Amino acid sequence: MSARGLLPWIAGAVLIALPFVYRDTYHLHLLILILIWSFAYTSWSMMGRFGLVSLGHGGFMGVGAYVTALLWNHLGVSPWLGIPVAMVAAAVLAVIVAYPCFRFRITGHYFVLVTLALSGIVLQVITATRDYTGGSLGYTPDRTKGSHLLALQFDDKVTWYLIALAVWALGLAVWHRVDGSMDRYALEAISEDEDAAAAAGVNVTWEKLKITLISALMTSLAGALYCQYQMFISPDTVSGISVSLQMVFAVIVGGLYVSLGPTVGAVITILLAEVLRIGFGTKAVGWDNLVYGMLLVIFIIFLPKGILGSLMERLKARAGIK
Amino acid sequence: MMDIFDIYLLEAMVNGILLGGVLALLALGLNLIFGVIDVTWICYAELVMIGMYGMYYLVQYFGLPYYAAAPLTILLVAALGALLHLLVIAPLLSAPPINQLLATGGVLFVLQSFATVAFGIDFRNLGIRLPVLQFADMHLSYARLLAFAAALIGMVLVYLFMTRTFVGTAIRAISQDRQIMALMGVDTRRLYLITSALGGALAGLASCLLVLQYDVHPFVGLSFGPITFLICVLGGLGNFVGGFVAAFVFAEIISLGGLFSDLEWGYVLAFAFFIAMMFIRPAGLLARRRS
Repeated sequence: MSARGLLPWIAGAVLIALPFVYRDTYHLHLLILILIWSFAYTSWSMMGRFGLVSLGHGGFMGVGAYVTALLWNHLGVSPWLGIPVAMVAAAVLAVIVAYPCFRFRITGHYFVLVTLALSGIVLQVITATRDYTGGSLGYTPDRTKGSHLLALQFDDKVTWYLIALAVWALGLAVWHRVDGSMDRYALEAISEDEDAAAAAGVNVTWEKLKITLISALMTSLAGALYCQYQMFISPDTVSGISVSLQMVFAVIVGGLYVSLGPTVGAVITILLAEVLRIGFGTKAVGWDNLVYGMLLVIFIIFLPKGILGSLMERLKARAGIK
Repeated sequence: MMDIFDIYLLEAMVNGILLGGVLALLALGLNLIFGVIDVTWICYAELVMIGMYGMYYLVQYFGLPYYAAAPLTILLVAALGALLHLLVIAPLLSAPPINQLLATGGVLFVLQSFATVAFGIDFRNLGIRLPVLQFADMHLSYARLLAFAAALIGMVLVYLFMTRTFVGTAIRAISQDRQIMALMGVDTRRLYLITSALGGALAGLASCLLVLQYDVHPFVGLSFGPITFLICVLGGLGNFVGGFVAAFVFAEIISLGGLFSDLEWGYVLAFAFFIAMMFIRPAGLLARRRS
């Protein structure tokens, strides 16, 4: 095996070994958040890289988080069962919205607006059913009295770090699986010219639906994990337009077309938010989003490939010259 | 018993029509921008939010009367619209359309958090309480009636501007063929700027009307932004008449849905209706025929 092929394994071993060597709770907490959000951003980029810009992923994330928590609190269903149910629920929602969109060729602006409305509506439903979900005040899964494993509630950060790391690696694996598949070529063809792709024998509706389903399933898993880790969810933190835009922002800053782009985006956005929070204290409310928004505009205008994407392109160009 | 129920139903329907006026105004502004520049301003409702704050400060802090503050606010938001075009859209005109849309998403973040930082997250209102009209046992708020009338007047003015003036004709021509118009010696940059300012002015007018009915806070845009986008898609993006019709259909659904349950459920019902309509008429209520 070449040095290049070994690199991911070495990096993986270092990441797994990390919590056993370095145990600062606050830093581990940041790392867990970065890993969970990286996974969510990666799932968004699965669609985004093929021109399927969705602003509905806040909705999928909210469904994942709330269905899991509601099943646990009201019916006592273990998250081990609740998370798959939540993922199926998000997948059903995705099909209901995406199928007509793809079947009737709703693309570009239309698609963005429809999915934007989806995340707005999930937010409204969560707020409207405030008798069950606590509305905009947020919701907390009940602390378990029995087995921690059954309730998927762990007090120590190391366990959570390993879970988040595994899920994040799973996200990257799915990304690479799609990247190396025929579907990737089909989807790239679709994103360039739907009619031509259809004429070449690509089942446009089915290909788009497939990637949307994968993306929605992953996003709802991220929502459920976030809920289990933080033990508090509110409509604003896991659903709605701002969460969807936050995903777009992180992925664009990191790089849309490279596998680690969303991860780089998550590192930058979460560290930025933390630095602002520590620097400004309670006055920071709003400032982090103000900086995000400006950076998003600046990145789209001047560096549309993202930090990692542009960096890799430059490295490749240099290698080409040599 | 039945009589009382019918009166409530009628009242909800009339209120729906009145709500539809403002929604139609918002949809018109968004459609105008989309039809001419081929850009969707995701942050459109946030421009309205800034306008509402403008009204609040002009009336409460500078003590201006409502009717003096309104034109100033319209000008302010029109200027914001032009600024948005110059700073964000113009550099991206040749970029993929999705990038323009996402950039305005960034502007949404900026405006929302700017309002949070500058004005705080408190709910504020104008402190003007307009009387409630009683008409044939129905309670109709004067504010809504005024909003409806002003929205209609605003739309008629835009219609006249688009059909009777040279600039309006040029704008309509550009929405039909972007490339040819530039070859005909039309300064597209100037027309885009005018259109953006006009779209901003419509948002400004809507904010003057909405501030009479709702409290203003940094996230107020989220409560009617998504519904405006649904209306535009249902009506067919860039289709003015379609947007107008869809606005009233949606307002009726929200108003009648809210009659039987909470207002949020009205929105949910509207969304379900929207999904169903996408299966039946995917290109919009009044699909624009394309060659």
